[in-house]
Amino acid sequence: MKRRTALKLAAASLVAGSLAIGTAQAGDTVKIGAVAPKTGPLAGGSTVTHWPNIHLWVHEVNARGGLKLKDGRKKIELIEYDDQTNPGVHIKAAQRLATQDKVDFIVAPYGTGFNLASAPIYAKHGYPQIAVSAISDKIPELTKRYPGIFFTLGSTTSFASAVSDILTKMRADGKMGSKIAMVNVADAFGIELAETARPIFKKAGFEIVYDKSYPLGTQDLSPIMKGAKASKPDAFVAWSYPPDTFGLTKQAITQNLDVKAFYTAVATCFPAYGKVFGKSIEGNLGAGGVDPTTPAMKAYRKAHMEVTGKPADGWASANTYVSLQVLEQAIEGVGSVDRKAVTQYIKDNTFKTIMGDIDFVDQVSHRFWTVGQWQGGEFYGVASKGMPNAKPVILKKGWK
Amino acid sequence: MDILITGILLGGTYALIAMGLNLQYGVARIMNLANGEMLVAGAFAAFWTYTAGQVSPILSILFVAPLAFAANWIIYRIILMPLIKRAKNQGQLEVDSILATFGMGFAFVGIMVATFGADYFSYDYLGDGILIIGNTFALSRIVAFAAAVVICGLLYLWLFWSRPGTAVRAVAVNPQAAGLVGINVRRVSALAFALGGSLTAVGGGLISTFLTLDASIGVLFTMKALIIVIMGGVGDVRGVIVAALILGLAETAVATLIDPGLTLAAAYLIFILVLLFRPQGLFGKPTS
Repeated sequence: MKRRTALKLAAASLVAGSLAIGTAQAGDTVKIGAVAPKTGPLAGGSTVTHWPNIHLWVHEVNARGGLKLKDGRKKIELIEYDDQTNPGVHIKAAQRLATQDKVDFIVAPYGTGFNLASAPIYAKHGYPQIAVSAISDKIPELTKRYPGIFFTLGSTTSFASAVSDILTKMRADGKMGSKIAMVNVADAFGIELAETARPIFKKAGFEIVYDKSYPLGTQDLSPIMKGAKASKPDAFVAWSYPPDTFGLTKQAITQNLDVKAFYTAVATCFPAYGKVFGKSIEGNLGAGGVDPTTPAMKAYRKAHMEVTGKPADGWASANTYVSLQVLEQAIEGVGSVDRKAVTQYIKDNTFKTIMGDIDFVDQVSHRFWTVGQWQGGEFYGVASKGMPNAKPVILKKGWK
Repeated sequence: MDILITGILLGGTYALIAMGLNLQYGVARIMNLANGEMLVAGAFAAFWTYTAGQVSPILSILFVAPLAFAANWIIYRIILMPLIKRAKNQGQLEVDSILATFGMGFAFVGIMVATFGADYFSYDYLGDGILIIGNTFALSRIVAFAAAVVICGLLYLWLFWSRPGTAVRAVAVNPQAAGLVGINVRRVSALAFALGGSLTAVGGGLISTFLTLDASIGVLFTMKALIIVIMGGVGDVRGVIVAALILGLAETAVATLIDPGLTLAAAYLIFILVLLFRPQGLFGKPTS
């Protein structure tokens, strides 16, 4: 009998604890909601890129005394929910934030699919949605349909074109041939990118000598790496998710894949990637990039490490923080939590952020890094849209 | 030849993943849907010992195995025993245990996220290529395969050549009859459940040397283990080994010769075919 009651208490507290982790502060606050994966397939990524930046931003704003509004300074009250990487759970949590918790603003979700799925809710309640991890070719229609949505990382076409441009440049410098081995994870992300990239590569004069996909969560990638190696490519491109980014890199090291360019998509920019592989990944290309030399970025990365205990990643971490800076400056610029005014303010103004001056043209920001490369233990941006100081790209020279 | 060796290595990996669930479902009759989470927990332990203590993850087995044994024994006694006591027949027990372990899985994921964070964890251990008959294979996979062979071999010997092992097999075949010949079925089931959990955790530690995992990835492994256990015939160690090898070889062959995108389809196709023509699994006893 006692065992059962103890169990029931434990179960109840687990359930209650998992529902909402928010600090309730008495008095006037600005309520900001956030729903993103803490468990489920995308949790690994959001734990590196998304959540730390939200916590860092809230911490810094509150340390300053809160947001400066017309009627005084108000601290941020953050309400967090775990969407379990499940769109149904995400929608319910977003609704709850809007109708029950009645938050003033919601931080845009993590993941293209989630941004698209929750856009109607944001639009219905008038929340500005400054999307970061949302890359899609449907941006023109989306901005027309949802006047409050903003995009900051570009479209699928610009994502794939950037890779093609970098490879074209390496070929034009006379250092690389025209054969590409391309693989993709059989998930919406990988499939879309592969489909977009095929015509772009062909148009740029490349020959795709190996073109295969693999299921998400494949435990053995060696047949793919062996097949790619057998096709004797000059460059290897993988539209991959974190587990396979790591797996394909491990396989490339084991098989000693001899290519002048090696690109894996998501998670190449993670600090863990650099830590696991050390010197072997010198010259590896990946999605994203940063310019870690500017004073603003240096200060940001230091603060990120001190406040959250983990290092920022080499891509969307900075963009996530920038999107929150934009929100903060828009709220303070308007001086109130009037969502319509804040949305309009975002459209009309330029913002000073850790990535420089950011502004939105037709709800799209045209300043972001596209391709990065590991050089000397640091992931530098080598190609971008509108960002200065791209480092020159280097060739991959073996895996030792 | 390359396909053969790669396929066998992969089969060894799959056998590690599935062996624990086989004992838990086949003997203790618990369909443990939290099996994958136990695997990830074992992998976390290996990751910890390697990155924090610079100790070989193979050595982590020495303390992961008894810890996992104890933890699974406690889980069986506290959470699953009440279900067993009140189940009127095996079907009800299976349904109850599916629901209970399903929820348990979520709780484990939450605990692991709270303790270790939701990040991916990966490390490079013995990642160098070894040349065998002209083809390169990762040393870590070969070591994991060797360990799988040793573990499965020891398990087989124990099950077929020792008294407690024979008792375990008896309970797997027919729990009522086993009770009639003086076997303490409850105790043997607890032993099998705990041993199964311990094997799974050890398997997790071994595969963490070449796979990248995070706290939420357990469910993928539970699904794979389930296919292998059912395909091989519930309760029989030989069935798991054979099924794992067949699956490993088939997936590698399809990935190399046809298309890597069809590996999952091929795996499930084999699963369906086996169930159509031999519903009790390859080594299972036909249901009367």
